[in-house]
Amino acid sequence: MIELRDIHKAFNEGRPNEYWALRGIDLDIAAGESTVFSGPSGSGKTTLLTLLGCLARPTRGRVRLGDEDISSLPERFLTEIRRRTFGFVFQQFNLVRGLSALDNVMLPAYPLGLPHRELRARAEAQLAALDLGHRREARVEWLSGGEQQRVAIARALINAPQVVIADEPTANLDTALSCQFMGILERLLDEGRTVLLTSHDPLVVESETVDRVVRLRDGRLVEP
Amino acid sequence: MNQWIARQRYLVDFTLASLARRKTKNAGLLLVFALLVFVLASVMLFASALRHEATMVLAHSPEVILQRMVAGRHDLVPPGYVERIGRIRGVQKIEGRLWGYYYDPVVKANYTFMAVVPAPASGFAARPGAREASAPPAAGEIVVGSGLARHRGVQSGNVLSFRSYSGKLFSFRIAGVLPADSELVSADLVLTNQADFRAFFDYPADHWTDVTLSVANPQEVRTVAQKLANALPDSRPILRDEVSRTYQSIFDWREGIMLALLSAAILAFAILAWDKASGLSAEEKREIGILKAIGWETGDVIRMKLWEGLLVSLSAFLAGYVAAYAHVFHFSAVLFAPVLKGWAVLYPKFTLAPAIDGLQVTTLFFFTVLPYATAVLVPIWRAAVTDPDAVMRG
Ligand SMILES: Nc1ncnc2c1ncn2[C@@H]1O[C@H](COP(=O)(O)OP(=O)(O)OP(=O)(O)O)[C@@H](O)[C@H]1O
Ligand SMILES: [Mg+2]
Repeated sequence: MIELRDIHKAFNEGRPNEYWALRGIDLDIAAGESTVFSGPSGSGKTTLLTLLGCLARPTRGRVRLGDEDISSLPERFLTEIRRRTFGFVFQQFNLVRGLSALDNVMLPAYPLGLPHRELRARAEAQLAALDLGHRREARVEWLSGGEQQRVAIARALINAPQVVIADEPTANLDTALSCQFMGILERLLDEGRTVLLTSHDPLVVESETVDRVVRLRDGRLVEP
Repeated sequence: MNQWIARQRYLVDFTLASLARRKTKNAGLLLVFALLVFVLASVMLFASALRHEATMVLAHSPEVILQRMVAGRHDLVPPGYVERIGRIRGVQKIEGRLWGYYYDPVVKANYTFMAVVPAPASGFAARPGAREASAPPAAGEIVVGSGLARHRGVQSGNVLSFRSYSGKLFSFRIAGVLPADSELVSADLVLTNQADFRAFFDYPADHWTDVTLSVANPQEVRTVAQKLANALPDSRPILRDEVSRTYQSIFDWREGIMLALLSAAILAFAILAWDKASGLSAEEKREIGILKAIGWETGDVIRMKLWEGLLVSLSAFLAGYVAAYAHVFHFSAVLFAPVLKGWAVLYPKFTLAPAIDGLQVTTLFFFTVLPYATAVLVPIWRAAVTDPDAVMRG
């Protein structure tokens, strides 16, 4: 479903502090699978996720989504694809402070201009499915870490994306909450979604829910 | 279309929520903005109202006023003086006027007394702007300006007493109060008939305060003035055009001072706006990043911020303008009447006729709302076009 060919990514290209975070990645990701990117800190996991999720473009190489080459699309189309296809759960959750959980979940759908009632019902359903129905009116900064993550997941799912991307999803959670997260993951896979994660956490990397582990080092794939 | 409206509604909702979240900052900004508009609009409204008054004053004043000079000072016009002018081509009417000042110790204010002289002997050629009945008040009756009436707390039918300069007490019945449409010129007016005027001031019989001439053709005014100066070397003709020019320059000059002061205020505001704008807080930048990462287009972010800028600046503009309107037309521009008005006339409550100049409103709008909107948008645009991958790194 997603195809990477000879992907390179440089930061500060052409300047003295130029840094190549990715140095030639070839990778195919199948639809409906869960993939974990693992590797030492600085190996380029997060960078790779930003390329897969259309948050950034590669310096060199091609990214194909389905049968469309998206590495050279202008920003507008990239945003459109990102909104339709991907849902993000950030490591820091990145919820908008001062807004309620429900408002945060509805946020990605604002530019679509759906009828308010319909959107609200959808957001409430997402929160309820994650056991957060009772906290929907609470401001996000009052929620616990685990609750915030679930709000972030609900937000990632509001536009019904095919692919869910999560960066270090268990880094801020204790074991019990991490297990709960893996449960949610399983549900997403059952629904037929593709899941892309990064993690050092053995609980994630060695989990049965994970179909495939891809290891990175110094911006390259490590052959198993 | 429906979808477009729904989208804008979501953006406005989000904007309102954002504004509410940064309450103190936005309230402060709103206040400064509104204050600026208030001051600017007050000056503009006040100055244009004054100019409007001046125009009205002049519209009703005669083309030429002739004063007699003795030792370089304004003196009474003696009997037979007017006749010496003879016939001058182009002059339609020559009329003597009777007027004088009276200080009222009760309220510590100056009034202008004026006799209404019936045509044709000498029609009431007007203290400018006073478009009152040309029939003179009956003996023992007066018509007073609305400012005076308000200040002395009197109305039609009451009796008002003045002690004349000779020490005698005169009582007049108020036959009417002048309409308040141009208070600057009629607020302090007391109209009497000729006999009462002469009695009250012990005015010598057949003398006049000055003489007015109406000239139909504006091109002939200068020639008429020249002929007057030749015929009566001790006279001084005052032309309406010259008065008009003096008024204009006085107003322009005063307004100029105010605007100079105000440009300082505008500058301060520009700096503030620029600072707010370029100093986009880390929190705001983060939010923009989040919105883009979760699927908002650059255009959505900019539209949202545009709404924010518009909501802030429009409400500030409205609040400031309405406050300025109230200030100038309901509270007599109390805050800077001393600066702008300048001439020391005692008006207890001096109310200008409300007048709004569309061009002025537009100018003010474009000089406040637009710079603000752009100052806010530029950095937003810069933040909004960057790749959103930074959000991934917290
Ligand atoms: N915006 C940037 N400018 C310069 N260098 C960057 C930037 N973003 C990332 N890097 C560098 O690229 C390299 C890869 O970063 P990345 O965040 O992908 O690593 P990671 O594998 O996710 O590490 P971690 O496990 O610590 O999250 C790092 O050395 C990082 O310093
Ligand atoms: Mg990382």
